[in-house]
Amino acid sequence: MSVTAASSSVGAPPRKRRKLQFAAIIATSPMIFVAISVYCIAILFTIYWSFTDSGMFPGWNWVGLKQYGLLWSNDSWKIAVSNIWFFGIASILINMLVGFLLAVFMDQNIRQESVFRTIFLYPFAMSLYVTGLAWQWILDPNLGIQVTIQNLGWKDFHFAPLSDPGQAIIGLILAGCWQGVGVTMAILLAGIRGVDSEIWKAARIDGIPAWRTYLFIVLPMMRGAIATALVLQFTGVIRTFDIVVSMTGGGPGISTVMPAMYVIQAIQQRLNVGQGSAAATMMLTPVAVLVLVRAVLEWRNRRKAGLNA
Amino acid sequence: MTSAVDTSNNSAAMASGSRTLAGPSGPKPKRISPARIGTYAFLIFMAALFCMPLYVMLVTSFKPMTEVRQAQLFALPHDWTIDPWIKAWTSACTGRDCTGLAPGFINSVKISLPAVIVSIIIASLNGYALSFWRYKGAEFIFNLLVFGAFVPFQVLVYPIILGMRYTGLFATLPGIIIVHTIFGMPILTLLFRNYYQSVPIEIFKAARIDGAGFWQTYFRVMLPMSIPITTVALILQVTGIWNDFIFALVFAGRANIPMTLQLNNIVKTTFGTVEYDVNMAATILTALIPLIIYFVSGKWFVRGIAAGAVKG
Repeated sequence: MSVTAASSSVGAPPRKRRKLQFAAIIATSPMIFVAISVYCIAILFTIYWSFTDSGMFPGWNWVGLKQYGLLWSNDSWKIAVSNIWFFGIASILINMLVGFLLAVFMDQNIRQESVFRTIFLYPFAMSLYVTGLAWQWILDPNLGIQVTIQNLGWKDFHFAPLSDPGQAIIGLILAGCWQGVGVTMAILLAGIRGVDSEIWKAARIDGIPAWRTYLFIVLPMMRGAIATALVLQFTGVIRTFDIVVSMTGGGPGISTVMPAMYVIQAIQQRLNVGQGSAAATMMLTPVAVLVLVRAVLEWRNRRKAGLNA
Repeated sequence: MTSAVDTSNNSAAMASGSRTLAGPSGPKPKRISPARIGTYAFLIFMAALFCMPLYVMLVTSFKPMTEVRQAQLFALPHDWTIDPWIKAWTSACTGRDCTGLAPGFINSVKISLPAVIVSIIIASLNGYALSFWRYKGAEFIFNLLVFGAFVPFQVLVYPIILGMRYTGLFATLPGIIIVHTIFGMPILTLLFRNYYQSVPIEIFKAARIDGAGFWQTYFRVMLPMSIPITTVALILQVTGIWNDFIFALVFAGRANIPMTLQLNNIVKTTFGTVEYDVNMAATILTALIPLIIYFVSGKWFVRGIAAGAVKG
């Protein structure tokens, strides 16, 4: 730490350097304040409140794991958790598969590549709320795609997931993927293009068909791009909120509630801070695991690099 | 291995593609093979699928309600009308008051403009200080911030509400601007830091040898150099803040509801018949600013996403 600090402010005598660093601290004071008060203390507060019986206002009365017990016996929360698993796994899988497929097809020296890219990416410029409204309209059972196709002559056509509690989440997945696939495609395409062209020459000389080169040689080499796309979707999935509010409002019934909605409802409508904090803390755990795994991997890499050197 | 049979058709075309880092270049494939046609057919089919929702929204928004009820999703309007657009903008109702989207638009501008400027100034200073003036503990603060990029908003919401109430900022315009600044900070700081770290240290050293201090080096040397990344940050923030729903829902207060919330209030008003044409016009109006920014900025927008994606 001190080494880097010394080397970055070159040639200044010690006292002057301290003065200059003071300017840096002043300039970054908003960052210091936010990092400590929001991304550290606020999180600790939420975790603490989850162990109290806070109602409308936060209290300090420690009740242990009571809120978590209430949480996991709450049907709405249990549905929310199973929803987020299903929604998350399905949308990440579809996103990665379709995104990779599109990226491979886009990689075939397409003449109007930028036109296609523009089309695949434009949904991402629209908010998830707007996306939800558009798809709610398309999937409307009485005026949307179902009736339109029936009117065209296919009388048995049935596709109106939003009105069926068991299928409404499929509508959410569809809309979410429509919005996000373009980004996955763009990231994976950059990953494909980043693979050394010598690899392709070698594969061609060996007579390996292109689809096998993509699957077994290129794909394993673009781990960075895949990780980036996955992390982006992972954080997006945990935050799922806007699209549910606009498309189903959590319904029919409570069939499409999500953890993020549960927390906001607990705090805003049910005025139950302790319960909301417990649910929020549960939402934090996957992120904490991810960060921990990353830290361990980094530490191991650094140690390995150290040993090799 | 049926998949092998299916995909092997494409292999000839795939193999003929010459590969570069930057994109398609080099000689265009001369033969028109079935595989080539298949590739284009697939892409055009997918593109049509992606365009469909926007097309449906546009078409619906120009139809009178009598045509909307005929349930011809893809048909062009028979009698074109712009009444839904006018109504959506000026007189669509949210509960009792019928003001349309216009006040929401003005609120969105009032929120976005200061929030974008403030968050970018702060992040650019952060990036500059983190790259060239690493004081003791700076790296720790930065790591905390990067961690913050992953933390779900729900974990932070109640403590921030309390803090805002305590300082009298809850449900005020400065309050929602501060909230946007806080939640934009991790990504933007990372963006600027990575950019400044790619600036050769010699430039910084030259400025220092010429006697420039912290602020002089920033304003005279670094700031002019960072126009490209500032553009990326600008696009990222404008679209992000314009599209925000949940921060406004919690922090904006009734007087400052932005366009997305106003849209929500209009669409979710179940009073009398649902006017789908007005709703669709309102939806497109809300999405218009980010869409225009996207279509105008093109590659810059993609760069912003890529930069935002590499958080951490």
